[in-house]
Amino acid sequence: MADTAGLRERAEETALLWVLVAIVAILSLVPLARLLFEGVAPGGRFSTAALSNVLSSATTWTAAQHSLVTACGGTALAVLIGATVAVLVALTDIRGRNAFVFCFVLPLMIAPQVVALAWLQLFGPSSTLLKMIGLAPAMGSRNPLYSAHGIILLLGVQYAPLVFLTLRAGLRTLPQELLEAGLAAGAKPPTILRTIVLPLMTPPLVAGIALCFVSCLGNFGIPAFLGIPGNYLVLPTLIYQRLAGLGPSVLSEVAVLSCLIGFIAVLGIFLQDLMLRRRDFRITTTSNAMRPFELARWRPAVEIALWILTIVVLVLPLVALLLSSLVPAAGVPLTAKSATWSNYDYVLFDHAAAKRALVNSFSLSATAAIVIVLVAVPLAYFLVWRRSRLLRVLNLAAEMPYALPGVVLAIAAILVFLKPLPVLGLTLYNTVWIILFGYLARFLVLGLRPVIGGYYQLDRTLEEAAQIAGARLLRRLATIILPLVAPMATAGALLVFLTAFNELTVSALLWSSGAETLGVVVFSFQQGGDSTYAAALAMLTVAVTIALMLSTLLTGKPARGVLPWRD
Amino acid sequence: MARLIVDCVTKTFGALHALDQVSLDVGDGEFMAILGPSGCGKTTLLRQIAGFDKLDGGRIVIGETVVSTVTQHVPPERRRIGIVFQSYALWPHMTVAENVAYGLTVAGVRDPERTRRVDAALTLVELEGYAERRPSMLSGGQRQRVALARCLVTEPSLVLLDEPLANLDVHLRASMEEEFARFHARTGTTMVYITHDQAEAMALADRIAVMDRGRLLQVATPSQLYREPADASVAAFIGEGIVVPAEVIDVDSRGRCRVDLFGLSVRMRCPLAQTPTRAARVCLRAANLAIVGAGVPGIGARVVRSVYQGGHFRVEAQLDHADGVLVHLAAAEPCRLAPGDAIRIGIDDGWVLPETGEIVDSTAPESADSRRFDGGTVATGADG
Repeated sequence: MADTAGLRERAEETALLWVLVAIVAILSLVPLARLLFEGVAPGGRFSTAALSNVLSSATTWTAAQHSLVTACGGTALAVLIGATVAVLVALTDIRGRNAFVFCFVLPLMIAPQVVALAWLQLFGPSSTLLKMIGLAPAMGSRNPLYSAHGIILLLGVQYAPLVFLTLRAGLRTLPQELLEAGLAAGAKPPTILRTIVLPLMTPPLVAGIALCFVSCLGNFGIPAFLGIPGNYLVLPTLIYQRLAGLGPSVLSEVAVLSCLIGFIAVLGIFLQDLMLRRRDFRITTTSNAMRPFELARWRPAVEIALWILTIVVLVLPLVALLLSSLVPAAGVPLTAKSATWSNYDYVLFDHAAAKRALVNSFSLSATAAIVIVLVAVPLAYFLVWRRSRLLRVLNLAAEMPYALPGVVLAIAAILVFLKPLPVLGLTLYNTVWIILFGYLARFLVLGLRPVIGGYYQLDRTLEEAAQIAGARLLRRLATIILPLVAPMATAGALLVFLTAFNELTVSALLWSSGAETLGVVVFSFQQGGDSTYAAALAMLTVAVTIALMLSTLLTGKPARGVLPWRD
Repeated sequence: MARLIVDCVTKTFGALHALDQVSLDVGDGEFMAILGPSGCGKTTLLRQIAGFDKLDGGRIVIGETVVSTVTQHVPPERRRIGIVFQSYALWPHMTVAENVAYGLTVAGVRDPERTRRVDAALTLVELEGYAERRPSMLSGGQRQRVALARCLVTEPSLVLLDEPLANLDVHLRASMEEEFARFHARTGTTMVYITHDQAEAMALADRIAVMDRGRLLQVATPSQLYREPADASVAAFIGEGIVVPAEVIDVDSRGRCRVDLFGLSVRMRCPLAQTPTRAARVCLRAANLAIVGAGVPGIGARVVRSVYQGGHFRVEAQLDHADGVLVHLAAAEPCRLAPGDAIRIGIDDGWVLPETGEIVDSTAPESADSRRFDGGTVATGADG
């Protein structure tokens, strides 16, 4: 009797594991394999025509070069800002840390295209803000942001928080004694920073650089808003233009382009691995986190500098965006008389696509968040507590769609779903479901990581006690584990929701009439010259984002380090 | 209630033999302690019995059911056993009553039967009135009792206790020890108690299994363990025995012999099968050693260290005859010994270690009643 019961238990576990394997395979391995296949065998027949076409085209290499230049430039700027801020926030006794971290990380949570739009409203001849203070350049002059420098500046601003977050996480694990030993040896704080802190922080710093590089490389919103008008194309925008202009007939060609950008991204990750392999960075002691260095008389100056940074990179662009959303038409000066809510009226109640996009983005993001958490909780159970080679591969597969640039996944999804699904006969292409698929695949790891963190904090005996009490796996997951990892799962769901809600890269390639997202509609408003409508809709997404982020500050405290904007 | 048989169980982690051919037979209703230093494999053994890990060799039987072999593995949730974890493992999102009721709910027991049994279990651990509290609102001792109630409410045939007192402070330990003993007497459940604390094991257990480096060294009643250790490791581990070389000169048939210890002739206890030998080793206890005056038979030694321990001194001394043999003994106050002082040590008893070092398991499981007396007297005599 005990034996058959044992078999049933094992069958249940095995079934669950294979369902999870299937889900991750469908979300990650199938599309990526399909993309690679298309690269070498377009339309199912082996041919190097598409490959050689694309690789011999000058456009390809110009775009690749632009991609590298902007990604490297953006990364350099992001590291400069992010690392400086991380050291100041984590190691010194500045005041108002929580508020500052919230503001500094905010650009990361706001959509890149909204950041781009906001900065465009800040500079340029039609800037409402500059007009109000009489500094606007002459009408007809070129917005200085429509350039490689503009793209680099905005990528740097957008992703500085990424470097900040990885470096701060590393700095938090730095044991107090290592610094005290340095102080005891007679070194002054700047020497300690240079000779002890920075060398030990190489791994998080390099990880942050790699993450930042891949994010810059895959970013679509910023080069789309800043590069396309000046015909400065990078690989993601080149892919977008080809596909938008010529349709699915150029799929093989863009598949090769996607492979190219994926290859560059993998190269970046590989370089990171190489840099860290040669030296030993292990920190042997674990003890209390460090006590901050006292800045003493420099403190007010540092604080003022940090807040000026916040005003420049966050407040000014957002104010410019807000002001632009309040004028009746682009270029009209904002006065008490000309100020109007009509742009908001229009996007909320009149414009059919904008209304649809609000509903779509809300429901897509919410669905993605819920489904991802429901997959992440059992998946993390296996990943953390049942290690095996299969599970290591599974973990890697879950990471890939997020690690690779978003266009790669989008093109892969089109390839998989362009034709009706075999057996079922359903066509997902040109429906809202292909976007949902893209969100699930791309953001799975965003929900998974906090849940995995939750499992690591969990005392395994809590599950074992339930097992001893006779509860089978599914029951344990539902009654014991889910309630215990709920705070982390909620944090993960929130991250997924916010990221999907602000997303443009995936939906720009996957949207269709009736299945627009907020990012797509803001983008098309801006491309059509309706920058006031774009500003209004963008302000709405910013408001929703900030409101959700603020709501987490009021409710119960999830573990440290899960929600990036909480110190 | 059920008998537990662990038969030649082996578990390896890479090159490490966490369990090496461990065999143990726990009688129905017996209280067995598994004692050993940390890392000796006792927790690994517990996890094998509970079914959390699969074994690499041997077999485990609970009651009439073979639960673990290399090819067959009954999962923990089907073994019908109870565990009290070191960390208590109370579910923080449930009330005390919900924690206790969980096993019943899983088993399909419905109200009012479930409530009745939960109430009974809470009454048994004297926690009536705490049913609606959360575990975080309880003290350490109360949490321990909830864990006990949760484990016993389903009336498991076998209860495993994994260092259940390790997280409690000293005075709470004594009262919980009493509680465990009371419990065992009242429920008659077979219990396997993992601990590294010999006083705890001696106070509670009918028999103690001593483990070291994945091997079972000896299974015996507490008194036998103290008086007749099976080998030098057990002798040294239990009650800080002193192991020294000696020559067995003659042996009688009742387990007594005469031993030549560095020229001193001492009568001591030995195994029945002991034969005269030049290469014997004996276990001496500090209580058998005393400082004697000139003219009385004794061994010369030199004081290495003298530490005051409240009421007496612990004197460590190096014997003059064998290099490096350190002995320790208690000297009453006042005592003015300083390092380097010469003393003479008299010895009135000892135990000749069995030559083979084989596990002495002369006490096969018997009925629980006849053993209680034995265990009880031992607990008072052996304070290590």
